[in-house]
Amino acid sequence: MANIFTSACRGIGNWVTDRAPGMMPMYRKHMTEYYAPKNFNFWYYFGSLALVVLVNQIFTGIFLTMFYKPGAATAFDSVEYIMRDVQWGWLIRYMHEVGASMFFIVVYLHMFRGLMYGSFKKPRELVWLLGMLIFLTLMAEAFMGYVLPWGNMSFWGAKVIISLFGAIPFIGDALVQWIMGDFNPADATLNRFFALHVVALPLVLLLLVVLHIAALHEVGSNNPDGVEIKKNKDPVTHVPLDGIRFHPYYTVKDLFGVGFFLIICAFIIFFQPTLGGWFLENDNFIPANNLVTPAEIKPVWYFTPFYAILRVIPSKGLGVFVMFASIIVLFLVPWLDRGPVKSIRYRGLGYKVALGVFAVTFLLFGAIGAGKSAEWIPAIFGASADVSGIEMHFGWFLLACYFGFFAFLWAYTYFGYEKTKPVPERVTTHA
Amino acid sequence: MLKSVIGLRRFSILLGALGIFAGAGSAVAQEAEGLTPANVRVENIASVQRGARIYFNYCSGCHSIKYMSYSRLSEDLKLSPDDVLASFAFTGAKIGDQVVSNMPEANSALWFGKTPPDLSLEARAKGPDWIYHYLKSFYLDPTRPTGWNNTVFPNVSMPNVLWELQGQQRAVMAPAKAGEDAQVEKLELAVPGAESPAAYDDTARDVTAFLAYVGEPAALVRESTGLWVVLYLAFFTFLAWLLKHEFWKDVH
Repeated sequence: MANIFTSACRGIGNWVTDRAPGMMPMYRKHMTEYYAPKNFNFWYYFGSLALVVLVNQIFTGIFLTMFYKPGAATAFDSVEYIMRDVQWGWLIRYMHEVGASMFFIVVYLHMFRGLMYGSFKKPRELVWLLGMLIFLTLMAEAFMGYVLPWGNMSFWGAKVIISLFGAIPFIGDALVQWIMGDFNPADATLNRFFALHVVALPLVLLLLVVLHIAALHEVGSNNPDGVEIKKNKDPVTHVPLDGIRFHPYYTVKDLFGVGFFLIICAFIIFFQPTLGGWFLENDNFIPANNLVTPAEIKPVWYFTPFYAILRVIPSKGLGVFVMFASIIVLFLVPWLDRGPVKSIRYRGLGYKVALGVFAVTFLLFGAIGAGKSAEWIPAIFGASADVSGIEMHFGWFLLACYFGFFAFLWAYTYFGYEKTKPVPERVTTHA
Repeated sequence: MLKSVIGLRRFSILLGALGIFAGAGSAVAQEAEGLTPANVRVENIASVQRGARIYFNYCSGCHSIKYMSYSRLSEDLKLSPDDVLASFAFTGAKIGDQVVSNMPEANSALWFGKTPPDLSLEARAKGPDWIYHYLKSFYLDPTRPTGWNNTVFPNVSMPNVLWELQGQQRAVMAPAKAGEDAQVEKLELAVPGAESPAAYDDTARDVTAFLAYVGEPAALVRESTGLWVVLYLAFFTFLAWLLKHEFWKDVH
């Protein structure tokens, strides 16, 4: 019996291989004979986790699309229909909503890992650029998805974000109307955002993810030591001495990471699906109303660091320019950082401090964008403190820290101020 | 052997971290703009049932809960369809109908200055704690058209429809600061109602529990389902850890 089964499998396998001889070599190239450094640590889980969340968003998104009805008159009702009357609809919706926030948590940590271990440096500049394009696409995807439930924060968030394009000289106002298809976010806006959110941007995202991984596999993975494992190969087999097969070693390791990550996700989905208003905001349980402005218009937490830049710059035009610049400058990191040493383990103290300051700056910007100043500033400076004034000046200081990181990074490495430690020949540890 | 013990310890540290995470999550939920928690439990079906009784007798004349149907109420609140129709459906609705008030919108806007809003998602938009304190914070104010005001929702259009139960509260004003209007310092019961203050707290809590349920009917099954999911995932993760450990034995 077993013989019939195995021979049938082999038969089908051979039949396919005869007709697509490149398939098994491709599988080997990317899985069983892709040699990854054996010293990946905790920070190397987030790539596979991002892929898991992407798959989750696509699957839950497909099921949501079956019941969601785009349109200003129907969208809000259909989301409540999913939450109440569709079998397990509440679970699908919570998985999608929590998934969106988890996507950004994972991606931010993934990017921070890249900065820590110099994963953007030669020969991996293309991997970094494609990753940044994924990040940009993800932001557009998340923004449009947030508009779809057509709650009041959806409406006002859309109005504020789309109006940013109005800051572009000459064509701004016409551009805003062109994007919305109306003078306000309305039925036309909702329908085109639906099309972009469920068809156009996911296609772009998938293509970019494939390219991101393909580009990575061309040059091979970096590691916490920043050692190029391809420099030390077995003279006979030409296999990197510090490399292990991606499958099965990293597939089983990532399986563990995924399990652990899913436990955290399940805690949120089942016990805190709105995470106290951070993942799903209270004001979005009120239907869109162009006559009633929410007490405080603010984006979901993952956009708050960038939104804070708008808040602390009084001029709208300049604010929008600086906000976009804050994202664009990340694209340039591979050329700003000219240090030969990749990993933070062997870099100078200056880089360690600068990266720490940069991370704290990003978090503080997030807090400002989330409106925490109104709580924290009176708590620190007393009830009579000028909240918006202090916030603005502190925001300028943070802006200096944010862009200062990049300027410092360039000067520090270009003029050779960095005192690095010797990088070992081989990777040092493994988990 | 030693290595596997260390691995197991790391695994248990991770699980411990998850526990802290879960605790922090519930702390987040209880924070609601300085209002003391109402301690509403949607799982307490008796409380939700009592809240439903109050809701349909005192609130549903003006406020719809259009995303709920009578049949769903019957199913979730463990009441027979006949009981639900007899006790709740004062509008002549049938069992499959949505819970919609009979008050014409045009008239209600004229009477109150604003159409009474649908309350299906009130507990999600404002939070249960807000509803609980709102129901307890009406006071007599002759300057308002209805004769009522509310400290949680200043200048609200709605009168205190539960005054027979709660009684009538009066505002004690704090001395006005120069150039500012006097603020309400506290509310005191001027005329007692049919219920004692403690009993009225329970009534307000029951109505809040009902509206919390109406805001998210899935909450009745969400946490009990989640427990099994988390247990399954913990088991899965443990197996994955063992598998990883086994495979990685030959990595040196």
